[in-house]
Amino acid sequence: MARSLAGFLALFPFVLICGAASLFQPISDSHRSAALELFTPTHGSFKSLEETYEALRTFEVLGIEKKPDVTATACRSISETLGSLTSTPKDLFYALKANSIVKCKINEKTSEFFFFFTLQKGIFTRLNAAVNGASSLLDFYYSIGGLVLIKGQTSKADVYLTDAEGVFRSVKAFSQSDGRWRYSSNNPESSAFAAGIALETLAGIVSLASSEMDQSLIITLKNDVSKLFDSIEKYDVGALYFDDKLVDGREHQGPLSTTSSVVRGLTALAAVTAGSVNLPGDKILGLAKFFLGIGVPGDAEDFFNQIDSLACLESNRVSIPLILSLPSTELSLTKKDSLKVRVNTVLGSNAPPLTVKLVGAFSSGSKDASLVESQELKFDAETGVHILSNLPKSIDVGSYTFVFEIVLHESEHVKVYVTGSQTKVPIFVTGLIKIESAEITVLDGDLGSIETQKKLDLAGHNAVSLSANHLQKLRISFQLTTPRGRAFRPHQALLKLRHESKIEHIFLVGNSGKQFEIVLNFLGLVEKFFYLSGRYDIELTVGDAVMENSLLRAIGHIELDLPEPPEKAPRPPPQPVDPYSRYGPKAEITHIFRAPEKHPPKELSLAFLGLTILPLLGFLVGLLRLGVNLKNFPSKAIPATFAILFHVGIGAVLLLYVLFWLKLDLFQTLKLLGFLGVFLVLVGHRILSHLAATSAKVKSA
Amino acid sequence: MGRSSSTKDAQALFHSLRSAYAATPVNLKIIDLYVGFAVFTALIQVVYMAIVGSFPFNSFLSGVLSCVGTAVLAVCLRIQVNKENKEFKDLPPERAFADFVLCNLVLHLVIMNFLG
Repeated sequence: MARSLAGFLALFPFVLICGAASLFQPISDSHRSAALELFTPTHGSFKSLEETYEALRTFEVLGIEKKPDVTATACRSISETLGSLTSTPKDLFYALKANSIVKCKINEKTSEFFFFFTLQKGIFTRLNAAVNGASSLLDFYYSIGGLVLIKGQTSKADVYLTDAEGVFRSVKAFSQSDGRWRYSSNNPESSAFAAGIALETLAGIVSLASSEMDQSLIITLKNDVSKLFDSIEKYDVGALYFDDKLVDGREHQGPLSTTSSVVRGLTALAAVTAGSVNLPGDKILGLAKFFLGIGVPGDAEDFFNQIDSLACLESNRVSIPLILSLPSTELSLTKKDSLKVRVNTVLGSNAPPLTVKLVGAFSSGSKDASLVESQELKFDAETGVHILSNLPKSIDVGSYTFVFEIVLHESEHVKVYVTGSQTKVPIFVTGLIKIESAEITVLDGDLGSIETQKKLDLAGHNAVSLSANHLQKLRISFQLTTPRGRAFRPHQALLKLRHESKIEHIFLVGNSGKQFEIVLNFLGLVEKFFYLSGRYDIELTVGDAVMENSLLRAIGHIELDLPEPPEKAPRPPPQPVDPYSRYGPKAEITHIFRAPEKHPPKELSLAFLGLTILPLLGFLVGLLRLGVNLKNFPSKAIPATFAILFHVGIGAVLLLYVLFWLKLDLFQTLKLLGFLGVFLVLVGHRILSHLAATSAKVKSA
Repeated sequence: MGRSSSTKDAQALFHSLRSAYAATPVNLKIIDLYVGFAVFTALIQVVYMAIVGSFPFNSFLSGVLSCVGTAVLAVCLRIQVNKENKEFKDLPPERAFADFVLCNLVLHLVIMNFLG
């Protein structure tokens, strides 16, 4: 019970934070280490050029120096793809994309430069043909994208589309009235993912156009973009994203890749067109929050989408989002923690000069007026942190929502950056709660006079021992004061009495102001206590998420003398069986063997063995004294044989008995004894009848 | 006086017993000797039991009963073989010896089974 309570107390702050998480952290080192784990080349290379590009692009954006060296293998694979006549526009596109980062040093040697030049020429012609023959959005995307990349990688400016406006119109033909796009003219389904691809393609066409494009085309395109942003979806915490609700899930993209595609298209378009794309800055900030709110994705492609989109947002021409973050949202009043705020771009680089203002602080759950005056935070240029060193006096322990506002110093930055009007951040202010005048008292029932009174030191160890009967009362009281000297009301103030038989009773400790007090009138509680007299352990719990010295303490025990239960008194409930005892290991079975009998000393036994031989010796000596002889032993051959066989038979039977004693069982013995017995009867009969006959002959003679 | 005369009487009694026993046939003496041998062996085992204790009791019992049993059988043999005994006049001593051997074998089969 105690452990689960402590666990609950520990869990509490996290639950609260998760419930109102509106704080976004910019990309940090945890992303960098995750990137190295997610993009690990197998045998020195990635599976495809697309993966190679994603990995290299991620490393480039995150500025990772110690990346795995795949340049050699990547370059080989790039030149193979570019040289092959069978490569599709998609292969060429990714090969060129990867090359734009790896920058394979093909250009250095003249011959290879010539080769590359002719190669480019060849690719250019092939891609141009692909543009003209393209019928679906993806065909356009890959071939136009390839051309744009070639343009970016050569100094020659002769890469252009002859009929840019015509191609533009044929791509634009896929657009829908709601701002979404179709993949091809015979596919009625439209999606925001396709819209992102289309925007990127169209931006490519504009940059490849040999002459100025028709402005009306660009204006309609921008209208499409604003229509597309009307369908944006929103999380409670202020994150905005695109999602395609396709019934057919075959080519369905998740919200992350969809949003990422739109962001890429949008920034590409903004980069090539003059005049700004008309979008509210909040939407860009919402998109940035969406990407940051994901945390660190566990999938390589998600990771790439997140990082690439954030990189696009970091340097886009629409508006660059600034993210306000706090290193810690828990401030300790006792330790005099200062409020620190950091303002960065999404990728964690420094923001332009600005001031952070704390414009309000609200106690969680109440909509009262702000507790603080608006005040500016001091900027520490060394660490790049905005600091409010002393929390306002009106802020006491508790959970608050702080409202920050970012004010950019230079007016031209206001156009470039977007900060969001106000940022609300949940803040926990913790502190040590002063516990004073804690005492435990046993009162006499009627008069209320004090029988015993003991002071308690709730910060330390207590072991009071009290005794009371059912006519008396138990009173426990203490005072809680916050560091600012105000009354503190914790989440939990519980008193627990536990009887010897493990039956527990829990009481809530009520308060009036600072004073906490509970009076247990045992007369009214005898039934609740099941008339169980005896020792009750007292345990006091005072706990709160913002209380740094939450406690769960055994105070001591009280010996209760309650009356005998009447006939129909309620029985105490059976205590829940500890599951460990039911399903845990059973008690070990110890085998008890009979203690071995005491054996006599070996010498004694051997001496008696010798003694038993003595009578036998005596017998033999006696036989000699009597002058026994074997004269009667038959002298003829046949009777003598039988006589010998008879004795051998008897000896065999005796030997069989010895074997029976040593190792044979009864059945084996009886079987053998049967044969021996028959033999012995036959032989014995022959010899004895022979002897009888001779003695009869002697008698008769 | 009376005491010396009783001693003398006892001596005379023993003397006459010995001389009477000397007339016993040799085969009966052998049997007597055998009975004595068996009884003494049993006695030694009883003394051993008295010193050490009766554990293992079945071994003790079989040891003693083996001796006593064979002594009893030997006495029976002696009764049957004795020529003075008119009751078994028609019974040849060979037959009596065959009975003795058979009974001993059966007795010792049981003893061995009981010995443990």
